[in-house]
Amino acid sequence: MKRSERGIWPYLFLTPAMVLFTLFLAVPIGYTVYLATRRTKVSGLGLGRGARREVFVGFDNFAAALADGELWSGWLRVLGYGALVLVVMLGLALLFALLLDSARVRLARFSRIAIFLPYAVPGVAATLLWGFLYLPSLSPIRELLDIDFLGATTVTYSMANVAVWGGVGFNMLVLYTTLRAIPRDLYEAARLDGASEFQIAVRVKIPILTPAIILTTVFSIIATVQVFTEPTTLRPLTNTISSTWSPLMKVYRDAFVTGDLYSAAATSIVIAAVSLVLSFGFLRVVRNRAFGEG
Amino acid sequence: MRAPRLGAALAVALTATLASCGSSEPVESTEAAQSPTAAAQGPVKLTYWTWAPNMDKIVEVWNKAHPDIQVTVSKQAGGDDAAAKFLTAAKAGNPPDLVQAEYQHLPSFIAADAVADLKAETAAIKGEFTEGLWGLVTLGTESVYGVPQDSGPMMLFYRKDLFDKYGIAVPKTWQEYGDAARTVRKKDPKAYLGTFSSKDPGAFTGLAQQAGAQWWAISGESWKVNIADEPTKKVADYWDGLVKEGAIDDMPYFTPDWNKALNDGKLLTWPSAIWAPGVLSSNAPKAKGKWAVAPLPQWNAGESYSGFWGGSSTAVSAKTPHKAAAAQFITWLNTDPAAIDLLVKEAAIYPASTKAQAALGAAPEYFAGQPDFWQQAAAVSAGARGFTFGPNVGVTYNAFRDGFDKALQAKTPFADAVQAMQDATVADMRKAGFQLSS
Repeated sequence: MKRSERGIWPYLFLTPAMVLFTLFLAVPIGYTVYLATRRTKVSGLGLGRGARREVFVGFDNFAAALADGELWSGWLRVLGYGALVLVVMLGLALLFALLLDSARVRLARFSRIAIFLPYAVPGVAATLLWGFLYLPSLSPIRELLDIDFLGATTVTYSMANVAVWGGVGFNMLVLYTTLRAIPRDLYEAARLDGASEFQIAVRVKIPILTPAIILTTVFSIIATVQVFTEPTTLRPLTNTISSTWSPLMKVYRDAFVTGDLYSAAATSIVIAAVSLVLSFGFLRVVRNRAFGEG
Repeated sequence: MRAPRLGAALAVALTATLASCGSSEPVESTEAAQSPTAAAQGPVKLTYWTWAPNMDKIVEVWNKAHPDIQVTVSKQAGGDDAAAKFLTAAKAGNPPDLVQAEYQHLPSFIAADAVADLKAETAAIKGEFTEGLWGLVTLGTESVYGVPQDSGPMMLFYRKDLFDKYGIAVPKTWQEYGDAARTVRKKDPKAYLGTFSSKDPGAFTGLAQQAGAQWWAISGESWKVNIADEPTKKVADYWDGLVKEGAIDDMPYFTPDWNKALNDGKLLTWPSAIWAPGVLSSNAPKAKGKWAVAPLPQWNAGESYSGFWGGSSTAVSAKTPHKAAAAQFITWLNTDPAAIDLLVKEAAIYPASTKAQAALGAAPEYFAGQPDFWQQAAAVSAGARGFTFGPNVGVTYNAFRDGFDKALQAKTPFADAVQAMQDATVADMRKAGFQLSS
């Protein structure tokens, strides 16, 4: 078809997507940015009609968010937690995927489902379940091991454990599916060259898996930057998790506990920016290796 | 976290009561037939956000008697979350017409211009309530922002059987309470007399009120914030000492651990509010009949002060187009004898109305061994003192949780946590532009 004959059709076809994008992505983001530049100002006692109005404050909320020591401590805590989760979760996912894909595996179907199943448990339920295992008076584990799972230092590991438990299955499945798509002849060729199963895994499978590993890493980075469910659900059970343990918890606190939507909006934009920088930064670092791009 | 579980607890506790006392008994309406125009336009429809158990049954009684004002109950989770939800809805422009407002959250609603002034509509019922309770809905101003519904004077709940077993007398002063705590540790190293919860600012607030704290006050056109005052520091230091020496536990209330300790008799007292029987009966069913109630220990022998933990009012949204109808409903709900009777039976509240408090009969089932339960309550209630809450209680309570969590973790002084509450509250009010005087 020539351009003139296409007429308005391409635009018509695009309309639903554009409308949805505008309504559910562009407008909410725009509104968040708008809120982040505003603040309420009260006068006098702040009671009754007209005592409270909204004013434009420019970048004040952003400045306050960036200058807030609690937010930065939150980032540090999440960084430690994230490093732990990323390494352990993805390491286990890769290990399980390779084991399931190896020629000598037994009970593959059962193991695959068993490893994947925790992913189907909602985060809040999983955290409560583990929370009960951590609690001193209820936990059967505590009878055997004398460890305070909810102590000041151990609580990070306890939360990471919940995240790993829930996340390994999904990542394992992504890697495993990629492995199944590799033509079997490659392995045969490697075997003819005298490679052991281990060598095949390290020299053939992992290099082919690299794009999938990167994909799962990016997903996991985004998920850990936004960690909220585990600490929030465990918080009532222990006094080691503050209301600003993770950056997203601070957003929740600002918006719904202390009633400051404006700071919450500014902080969420900062979190989105950090997520973007981390994920794209990671992609940039590994791009050469993974996709052979310049 | 407290209120939702409390609501659930009460709901469970009441299931039995429900079966016996149906809600369909006719109630004589004291209100005259409504204006003729209303019928032509169809009934006024009001939505009501509340977490009081069985409120829908109580509202049904009203709806039957008032075809022209139909109220729909929307059950809420309760607590701080419910307050946040109402403020958000008010900001978004679609709040309910009526809302259950805890006394400590009402000032935030007023400051957000989310609730209506009911001065004219409530002039006739002012006398039904004590001045202290009325002050909580007026903040000491000329306006009236809600009608008191229930009140939560604090008392000391204790395990009578274990007190007898260990030979402990009911402590009359906090000094004696501390001594009793040490005795319990000696008699049973696994048991504690009580615990200090860093998750329940409401309980601490009540204890501070008992000691005479005045966290906020309005003087002229400015706020006075004095959270780190002498009485509050005294209360903080007292619990600090007991927790640090190991005489008192530091597990939070309303956790599975806490339930277990209550059930197993490893926690002998709970300084709590009048709604405690509902919580105990659902969280510690095994200990039924073993608990008794006494006035809170005093700071000086011979005094009879208490504070408040919880309690709420019913407020009318500033945005409602049916303010008069809404005011008529909440007046009925909180002052009509038939309605209060339902509130007590179905929603298990301790009514705010003075007359209704005096009319309470049989003790809660869980406290069957204490027939004078309500008389005790009335005596305690008379000596309970509160204070005006400020416009940013959410900030203060959050600072309490974070501050006391930290104090328990890092073994820093409780007084630091109190100072942190003061600083966070003042900083937030300054930032928002409230006029502050020192």
